[in-house]
Amino acid sequence: MPRSRRGKRPVLSAVLGLSCICGTFVAAQDYTPADIAYGSRLYAAQCATCHGASGDSVGGVDLRSGKFRNATTDQDLMSVIMNGVTGTGMQAFRFDAAELAGIIAYLRSMNTFDAGSMRVGDAGRGRVLFEGKGACTRCHRVGAQGARVAPDLSDIGAIRSAGSLQRSLIDPNSQMMPINRPVRAVTRDGNVINGRRLNEDTYTVQLMDDQERLVSLAKADLRDYTILQTSLMPSYKDTLGADDLADLVAYLLSLKGR
Amino acid sequence: MTRRTTSVSLLLCLVVIVAYRVHAQVGSDRLLNAAKEPRNWLIYSGNYFSNRHSLLSQITPANAKNLELKWMYQAAVAGNWQTSPLVVDGIMYLTQRPNDVVALDAKTGRVFWIYRHRLAPTQIVCCGANNRGLAILGDTLFMGTLDAHLIAIDARSGRPLWDTQVADSKAGYSLTLAPLAVKDKVIVGVGGGEYGIRGFVAAFEARTGKEAWRFSTIPGPGEAGFETWAPCPPKTETFCDSDAWKHGGGSIWVTGSFDPALDLTYWGVGNAGPDWNADQRPGDNLYTDSVVALDADTGRLKWHYQFTPHDRYDYDSVQIPVLADLTWNGAPLKAMLWANRNGNFYVLDRATGKFLLGRPFVKVNWMSTFDGRGRPIQTPQPAGMPTWPGNQGGTNWYSPSYSPHTGFFYVPAWENYATIFGGTPVQYQEGRNFGGGANRPYVAVPGAPSPGLRRGPINNWTEAAATGAVLALDAKTGELKWKFEMTDVTDSGILTTASDLLFTGGGEGYFQALDARTGALLWKASLGAQIVNGPITYEVDGKQYVATISGLSLCAFALRE
Repeated sequence: MPRSRRGKRPVLSAVLGLSCICGTFVAAQDYTPADIAYGSRLYAAQCATCHGASGDSVGGVDLRSGKFRNATTDQDLMSVIMNGVTGTGMQAFRFDAAELAGIIAYLRSMNTFDAGSMRVGDAGRGRVLFEGKGACTRCHRVGAQGARVAPDLSDIGAIRSAGSLQRSLIDPNSQMMPINRPVRAVTRDGNVINGRRLNEDTYTVQLMDDQERLVSLAKADLRDYTILQTSLMPSYKDTLGADDLADLVAYLLSLKGR
Repeated sequence: MTRRTTSVSLLLCLVVIVAYRVHAQVGSDRLLNAAKEPRNWLIYSGNYFSNRHSLLSQITPANAKNLELKWMYQAAVAGNWQTSPLVVDGIMYLTQRPNDVVALDAKTGRVFWIYRHRLAPTQIVCCGANNRGLAILGDTLFMGTLDAHLIAIDARSGRPLWDTQVADSKAGYSLTLAPLAVKDKVIVGVGGGEYGIRGFVAAFEARTGKEAWRFSTIPGPGEAGFETWAPCPPKTETFCDSDAWKHGGGSIWVTGSFDPALDLTYWGVGNAGPDWNADQRPGDNLYTDSVVALDADTGRLKWHYQFTPHDRYDYDSVQIPVLADLTWNGAPLKAMLWANRNGNFYVLDRATGKFLLGRPFVKVNWMSTFDGRGRPIQTPQPAGMPTWPGNQGGTNWYSPSYSPHTGFFYVPAWENYATIFGGTPVQYQEGRNFGGGANRPYVAVPGAPSPGLRRGPINNWTEAAATGAVLALDAKTGELKWKFEMTDVTDSGILTTASDLLFTGGGEGYFQALDARTGALLWKASLGAQIVNGPITYEVDGKQYVATISGLSLCAFALRE
């Protein structure tokens, strides 16, 4: 197996490297500062040993160029990172979705990345905020702590990107998964049930009501059924500063569910 | 041996021969008249007109509430089970993953035999180990395989009779459709539209497996239609290829139809390759996204109609060509009815291919209207903007139904469904994906997980992404007569009967009986997993059954005693 000039560590460059030919990158993606910042930390920990801090430590390879020999789309990049390439020093990496999103965002932004402008939060401070000033556990649960009214966040750092988490704190409506939409049901005898949707089909709906009970309703038994488009979560745009938000995102990203 | 014993022996022989013929032989005459023996289901879509409509009428709108489960058969291999069984004189024949054939008692679900095809190590398929069923002719069953073989199997013993390699599976060719037996031939087409194949329809001698004719869905130099693959000088950056036709797609992965009077067989053709980066293949790209009418004896093209010229959206025209005899402007019309993946309902003259009607049945914005010859005026959306219908289409391969009794054409539809399409250059490499797509679901939450199509029992797509429906369209006008709405999308086919019943499933795992005249729900059963096949009906010992597949379970229902 070919080795990089620095030894036996996996080499991303063997595949992604060699700028050239493959056609232009289809830009279409928006990489958020939070994703880029998260990706820069992951890159430093996982990739820089071989590729170097500036992405050009392997001969003939310049990750900052934005062009890759065996990858055109982000999907291609993910495939190369996750599968590696047989016969090269590039081994398969195991990253979760949030980590992948960060690394891709960083690779695409290396050319313009300015570490000084990035706010890298502190997960420990974020946890204090989450459980204290932010009052997040009033609705959300992590592990065995917190309420179940809003979605459980125990593995949110593995399934949501840094950018998505940051947007969730600032503009919750934009990031609410449709399945989690709040619902209001009124039974034929006038009983009102509010809750968070867990599942729905043509004839029934399953939800977590505001008393944390699992409820299954037959639509035929309802007088009214409304799916709300607005998240019940408040925006923290005006109540938390940029440093606090960065700390909270860092904490949420640390929740990997494992 | 005395004269008497000789006579008895001869008589016994005769009885055995007669019993043999009564028991199993499905001659071409029976296939021609399949609709007239509704106790059996002899062809993938029920009959050559492919209307998935049965004359059985024991189950009615009045008694459908008394339906109950009679038996179940469980498969062992997980994944979408898309097969549509055949039933011949009380015996059901079906395929199961990856390429098994099962014969079972259609009254009890108990198995007679299982044939297991040993697949070659290389099978390249886009979407799982799908197989949609069998054809029968005489005493022989025919199955296409994932490694692109056509196999003849003895319907009594389950032993293979011959095995013909149809195409090279290493190059991405596969057979996932149920073959169509016509006269003394078995007709199939090849899948592989995501791998840069050059598609074709081919007929094989039913007795020997020898190829009788072949029609390439991508014309070569000197053939009519080749001019629709416009010259495109090789360019490294875009992979524009002057030989784009050689891997132009045009797969065939659902079963065609046959009109004995016209001696024409009709086949829906799949997407062009690469699927989404249309810049690599300038021109209309015939005969992709078309229906082709072929001479059943020679495979010669009689006519074609292209639904989506120069397709950018993967709008395969692999829907079932439904044939119907209508009265059109006061005169008899041999019609073809077609709800296309591109969101339009069409009526064509099946003798000539003439376009008679085109009308959207779901929201459509990739085109505005049709010109006088039925060519769509295309309106590609700006980059980053949604296109309706989305990538999976307004409908897809799921069987529709046409009831001559109601005059309605029934479509399993995806509504409120769009995709933000994007193409990206892709280089053809044998056996490698040749999609060239950079598509995004319209409703994705940026940075959040994007709900997948093949999910478990939780509908995480929800109404925000798409909803399902059964649409009843007036076959003569395309006008919506009624709609049965589902929360989740549906990949289920539709069956109708002469008693004005409609059976269908969906992504939620419900199997439902509707009033075919009004769309009213009459009965439902929750079977627990996605239904992705076309229901069938048949009769054994005077009892009508309706069968469908949910997850790994083949379920047969009949009226309570």
